[in-house]
Amino acid sequence: MPPRNWTIAEIRSALESRKLSARELATDYFSRIERENPRLNAFLALSPERAFAQADAIDAKIARREPLPPLAGVPTALKDVLSTRGTETTCGSRILKGYVPPYDSTAIERLDRAGAIFLGKTNCDEFAMGSSNENSAYGPVHNPVALDRVPGGSSGGSAAAVAAGLAVVSLGTDTGGSIRQPGALCGVPAMMPTYGRVSRYGLIAFASSLDRIGPFARTVDDVARVMEVIAGRDPLDATSAGLPVPSYTAALSEPVKGLRLGIPREYFAEGLDPEVRKKVEAAIARLRDLGCIPTPIEMPHMPYAIPVYYLIATAEASSNLARFDGVRYGLRVAGSTLGEMYRKTRGAGFGAEVKRRIMLGTYALSAGYYDAYYLKAQKVRSLIKGDFDRAFRQVDLILAPTSPVTAFRLGERTADPLAMYLADIYTVTGSLAGITAISVPCGKANGTLPVGLQIMGPHFEEGRVLRLAHAFEAAGGFSL
Amino acid sequence: MKISREDVLRVAELANLELSGAEIETYGAQLASILSYCEKLNELDTSAVEPLAQILVARKETQDKDDAQHLREDSPRDAGIIRDVIQRAPEAATSDPPYFRVPKVIERGE
Repeated sequence: MPPRNWTIAEIRSALESRKLSARELATDYFSRIERENPRLNAFLALSPERAFAQADAIDAKIARREPLPPLAGVPTALKDVLSTRGTETTCGSRILKGYVPPYDSTAIERLDRAGAIFLGKTNCDEFAMGSSNENSAYGPVHNPVALDRVPGGSSGGSAAAVAAGLAVVSLGTDTGGSIRQPGALCGVPAMMPTYGRVSRYGLIAFASSLDRIGPFARTVDDVARVMEVIAGRDPLDATSAGLPVPSYTAALSEPVKGLRLGIPREYFAEGLDPEVRKKVEAAIARLRDLGCIPTPIEMPHMPYAIPVYYLIATAEASSNLARFDGVRYGLRVAGSTLGEMYRKTRGAGFGAEVKRRIMLGTYALSAGYYDAYYLKAQKVRSLIKGDFDRAFRQVDLILAPTSPVTAFRLGERTADPLAMYLADIYTVTGSLAGITAISVPCGKANGTLPVGLQIMGPHFEEGRVLRLAHAFEAAGGFSL
Repeated sequence: MKISREDVLRVAELANLELSGAEIETYGAQLASILSYCEKLNELDTSAVEPLAQILVARKETQDKDDAQHLREDSPRDAGIIRDVIQRAPEAATSDPPYFRVPKVIERGE
């Protein structure tokens, strides 16, 4: 049986040397999934028909001795909020049960053209709203590191699939931490690109001023390879940026000596688990050994980021989710009038957390409260972005924990929504500022549960973030 | 911060959500708790601060100069997928052209 920790480069060389075919590789991954998914619940739908067609196309290229595309034969999992032509896409919600999109998201179409093999769709919090994957209508994902614990969220299935070796890479989405935090809790590298770096066409929107698409992988090199494929301007997404996409893999080999690394005091204050702190501080020490220069900085508006995020994200969600009304797709619950049909469909189709956020967002936007909540939040968002602008004039990158805690037990935190929101404190700041960040493993708390180091970089500096992450990985940082 | 039952019902009406009696109770209490926490923002004087709605608007230098801030002509074109889209609807008429079917529309507040 092929190894569980394949990298993209190893797959490429195995295919080129004809040690195995893409079809054999895909077959092997589907049998792993069949065997192990029942206890993880990471996949909601599989797409073997499409996967084998993709694999056969790669095998045909190999037979004809044609050059292989960059992700040839790479078994890939896709978060269920990304539209996939011909494969059920539910966003983890009852309201979209049975919905099969007629087109691919741009990011997915790019992976397809790059030769990736689509295993299926991964479980997530309903409409990407959650930090534990417990808000999925199809049951929670179990963390492969400890099955009684959450994988993080919202992209819990994408993180768990890669961590368990059921996929080589996966795509997730990050609105307030939904790529980085499950990456940290499952112990795999996970990148949130800059706002505008990756087209969101075909992503079923949660909060449009915050949503990003990005990769999970087992190595930083693999993250860079996926980023090179999915990044870039797309005429179908007006918010995608026209800046050229540099070679992220080439950036990995550049030196890190002399990089100034900001250590913001506010991210190491009260609320940080002492075991997480210990690992993150050890990571900073390891980077100092590599010649980087840790520099204390201040980001004074960080303590305001949670209310800003939850007001803005829910306001945008209340508008984006208005489209689920029983008319065009998914569930419809009969009503005698159009309005009654809307209300019954949405009341029955959405889960508790989605309804809670729609209510909060609608309240924040409603007459009489708009200025006090939504507008105020947008103003403080300016201040939070200002903290990052100032910091990046002083330092090259910023280091922080990804999550204040390690993977918690399933059911342990569901009773108090506000307490769950507060744990997003280290990730929502970067979301609001539009910057890029990666979470990489930096050892395990008490030797058992993974801890994530967050490396944040300025807008469109993915190459610099990946370069430091790669140097950290090469220096053994992942297993501190 | 107090959220009354009437407040919850008004917001649910705006959001087109049918809520059960238990949901009205729970959401009332939870919204009150979350919004009280949000009042922390009032510690900051923002009278001289501009609201930030979109990151990229603040970064015009990231746009192509030849694609005019990414605005395209507002002209309709046939994507050729009408039937493909309509057949996914809970209820549709497959006439030519096809259309979505909805219950009879009566003014809101019936």
